[in-house]
Amino acid sequence: MRQSVLPVLTVVALIFGLWYGAAVALNAPWARDQAQRAGVELSFSELVADTWAQKKPKLPAPHQVAVEIWNTTVEKKITSKRSLVYHSWITLSATLLGFALGTGLGIALAVGIVFNRTMDMSVMPWIIASQTVPILAVAPMIIVVLNAVGVSGLLPKAIISMYLSFFPVVVGMVKGLRSPDAMQLDQIRTWNASTSQGFWKLRLPSSMPYLFASLKIAMAASLVGAIVGELPTGAVAGLGARLLAGSYYGQTIQIWSALIMAAALAAGLVALIGVIQRVALKRMGMA
Amino acid sequence: MHLAVETWNLTDNSVISAKGLNLTFQTNDGPVHALKDVDLDIEKGDFVSFIGPSGCGKTTFLRCMADLETPTGGSITVNGVSPEEARKSRAYGYVFQAAGLYPWRTIGGNIRLPLEIMGYSKAEQAERVARVLDLVELSGFEKKFPWQLSGGMQQRASIARALAFDADILLMDEPFGALDEIVRDHLNEQLLKLWDRTGKTIAFVTHSIPEAVYLSTKIVVMSPRPGRITDVIESTLPCDRPLDIRDTPEFLEIAHRVRDGLRAGHAYDG
Repeated sequence: MRQSVLPVLTVVALIFGLWYGAAVALNAPWARDQAQRAGVELSFSELVADTWAQKKPKLPAPHQVAVEIWNTTVEKKITSKRSLVYHSWITLSATLLGFALGTGLGIALAVGIVFNRTMDMSVMPWIIASQTVPILAVAPMIIVVLNAVGVSGLLPKAIISMYLSFFPVVVGMVKGLRSPDAMQLDQIRTWNASTSQGFWKLRLPSSMPYLFASLKIAMAASLVGAIVGELPTGAVAGLGARLLAGSYYGQTIQIWSALIMAAALAAGLVALIGVIQRVALKRMGMA
Repeated sequence: MHLAVETWNLTDNSVISAKGLNLTFQTNDGPVHALKDVDLDIEKGDFVSFIGPSGCGKTTFLRCMADLETPTGGSITVNGVSPEEARKSRAYGYVFQAAGLYPWRTIGGNIRLPLEIMGYSKAEQAERVARVLDLVELSGFEKKFPWQLSGGMQQRASIARALAFDADILLMDEPFGALDEIVRDHLNEQLLKLWDRTGKTIAFVTHSIPEAVYLSTKIVVMSPRPGRITDVIESTLPCDRPLDIRDTPEFLEIAHRVRDGLRAGHAYDG
């Protein structure tokens, strides 16, 4: 434990150092400009203090973001429209639904690819093509089309999440379901096992390490999808809406606090899958 | 090329019977004759070892019996029917070189695996698992996971798995090849006892001359390019074989004949 604490703290300290330095560099022109207009000369320490305390800085200092996050989480009721917890929940619910849909779709496609020769030959190029289309271009169309057929709210965002998250699951599960070696496949053949027995008893358990690796990527992609899904819709709630509103009004501190919140959410979700992975694979004797 | 299973006059006891068996693999470097004109009869209760250098087709021959390879010529029957029918009626248990236990299943769970696939009832599964674990002297390890067992114990578990269902034939492809000499001796001794108690017909592929001589009632010497049988030696050793039988003149004489057979195969090759 102690061996890992020191390097981690070193890196964190380094990041904060660079961040504060960059804040000074980026915010200094504005500070000097203001000082010149007011006809005062700024000392170096005054300049630094100013760059770390501007209302609309180019790059807010870490403590400004921290204060903003504190004010919008702990200090606000979570039902408030200005609570970051409220917005996070809106995005999280779309993320989780999209992740579930994406995982389901990914596994279904992988099973199809592994067991159906026609799908094996034809589906993969389409799946890869789907991921080369910029999601920012597709997202508004999905929202508009679904809105036209009367679907709005959570589901359109979840579908954009699914669009991003099924891909790593397909790739990982195809590899995982094909991971049993020739000997293992020969072995169940000598027992005259049916295809479905081979799937449930050998292929699916064998694929678990691959599945968990994919789920971590899928979860992060899901969150990105949910946030992207909030951007073009003029959504009034969610981390994406906070980002958009922040950029409309030049509220860089708000943008950064939403960004940090999104990053923390992603880290938490991925870590959660990591914990499930460790427990599950340990119980399966595969870790 | 005719793959149809001919019905010829089987001797009553013939369990595995190959006639003019050929298997040619098409590779980029041209055809490879894995098996050429192989004739062999294995009788009920035989312990037959297949010995020969790499590439002599001994494993391929075993895989033909198991319907894991399809011959390109000649015919082979297992229990009087085609290997495919024999496989579908679960006529044999196959032990691979690696134990191949599923890490996510306990030892008991691994042995239960073929029984689950074959649809035995829960009660019968439990009864059979206990019985075969006792047979390979692994009672008490049912709830352990494979990684908690040594390599030799894992291989014993895989033999137990092949014994768990009612197959009269045991096909073993270098099952002890990856184990050290001491463990191998021990397992050879146990395998003989097991064969004696169960009366199964065993086909056993090995690289080791002492192992082949110690275990077998019949030793099939094979040689490569093309894979073929060069000698079939009926063992004159008694059924009861303590490990120190390997120092008797009789044993050494058979071993000598096997070695000669192997050398002859190589001379032909050169």
